[in-house]
Amino acid sequence: MKKVSFSRKHLGIPYALFLIAFVVFPLLLIVFYAFTDANGHITFMNFINFFKSNANLTALFISLGLALCTTIICILLAYPVAYFLAKSSASKSSVLLLLFILPMWINFVLRTAAMKELLFAIGFIQNNKLSFLNTIIGMVYDYLPFAILPIYTVLSKMDKNLVEASKDLGASPIKAFFDVTVPLSKPGIISAITMIFLPTMTSYVISDTLGNGNITIIGKLIENQFSSVFNWNMGSAIALILLVFIFATMTFSGKFTDKEEINARGSGLW
Amino acid sequence: MVKRILKYAFITLVLLFLYAPIVLLVIYSFNDSSVIGIWSNKWTFRLYVDLYNDKDLLQTVWNTLLLAILAGVISTVLGTIGAIGMFYSKKKTYKVLSGITNIPVINAEIVTAISIALVCSLLAFGRTYASLLIGHVVLCFPFVVLNVLPKLKQMNPNIYEASLDLGASPTKALFTVIIPQILPGIFSGFLMAITLSLDDYIITTFTKPSTFFTKPSTFDTISTYVYDAYAKGGRNSSIPALRALSTIIFVVMILVIVIANLRASKRRDK
Repeated sequence: MKKVSFSRKHLGIPYALFLIAFVVFPLLLIVFYAFTDANGHITFMNFINFFKSNANLTALFISLGLALCTTIICILLAYPVAYFLAKSSASKSSVLLLLFILPMWINFVLRTAAMKELLFAIGFIQNNKLSFLNTIIGMVYDYLPFAILPIYTVLSKMDKNLVEASKDLGASPIKAFFDVTVPLSKPGIISAITMIFLPTMTSYVISDTLGNGNITIIGKLIENQFSSVFNWNMGSAIALILLVFIFATMTFSGKFTDKEEINARGSGLW
Repeated sequence: MVKRILKYAFITLVLLFLYAPIVLLVIYSFNDSSVIGIWSNKWTFRLYVDLYNDKDLLQTVWNTLLLAILAGVISTVLGTIGAIGMFYSKKKTYKVLSGITNIPVINAEIVTAISIALVCSLLAFGRTYASLLIGHVVLCFPFVVLNVLPKLKQMNPNIYEASLDLGASPTKALFTVIIPQILPGIFSGFLMAITLSLDDYIITTFTKPSTFFTKPSTFDTISTYVYDAYAKGGRNSSIPALRALSTIIFVVMILVIVIANLRASKRRDK
């Protein structure tokens, strides 16, 4: 008779059960709801209805626009900061870096509310024409630290001799920057993009707080279906459409970086 | 010289952008004006007294902290079990398990949120504290796994074998050899789990206790409370006592982070 004894790998069993129950099964449930109607019959109407509605398409378009603007502005602001920090002396850069990423620990709903108070005090919130701008300001404000951290990490690990070498070989400082430093920091930029692009498409907290009711993004559409329209099937269908975008971003970033780095969302926090 | 000035001007401007809303809230927390931007009378602690007397708001703070600690502990145990289990499994099992573990990291938070909400309504226990806790655990546990796995990789595999040769049971070896070796990873995973749980809005709002998927609910965390106050309460609603709460949260977080970093750098210097 073989004695069944405990070994380390058996710990994987309860874990796998948890994964199946609360990660895999829930996602399959979304797929199921997306392709059925309220009576449980299989249908494609959820998707057809989604793309038929102008309001939905506008929301999709606005989400993409917001995400694109926010990501570009964040990287344009974060890159110089990260670059300066990486070039400063070690003691100075660690203090400065802490200053830049400290807001990450403060509840983002509170930070967004604080931004609303500021924008209200200078009269931006009251102006309906500025809703899109206000939302972008709020998103950049909330996500900027997430861009600074990965770019700084890559730049500070970079071999500085490569830049020296390119200069010795006759490159001007500007050419050396764009031909050597920027390409080498690509993994940091990509991971910043993945950390900012998707959340900005879905985090309706910011657009609700700062958009004065004028900005509806795809995340808000899903929320509406679940909390005011009560059409879970439609909500699931929109979630599935969103998953397509998630998958696209992942494939895009997977091409440039190894997985470990992408998954490091929030790594370095502690 | 000009370059240096430009560099510091840029860094200062970005820092100003990151801290202006926070500083504004802190200043106005000592003034009882109902609107930020209009300074009434003089400095006062009235908002702090209001906060102390606001039972709802204090309950919210307590809810948030308790949830974060519970979710942190559960996801740490789960994540550690999972990391050990998958690390010592066959390569194929490892790949599948770690792939599924990464799903909640990559996925948009709102998709995770509705998927958990769907499962909980299907399992007929609806939206209770349990669904909220499950939601938060699903949000947090992958980050524990991501923090523990590298420690397992760094560990010398022979010491576990040695302890078995010396007569330890696998369970004993697990607790006296493996766990102590990976403790730093477990600890940083735990801290990250707590940070994520404290910061969360979307999963909370979709899984928190409520009779239906309706909003007038019985349970609030700081995130949902602030969201309801700022995003739903119309154009210029603000709850002045929230400024006092925000200030306290900001100060506590800044102290915690600065102390943690000072201690970390001291350890490095030794």
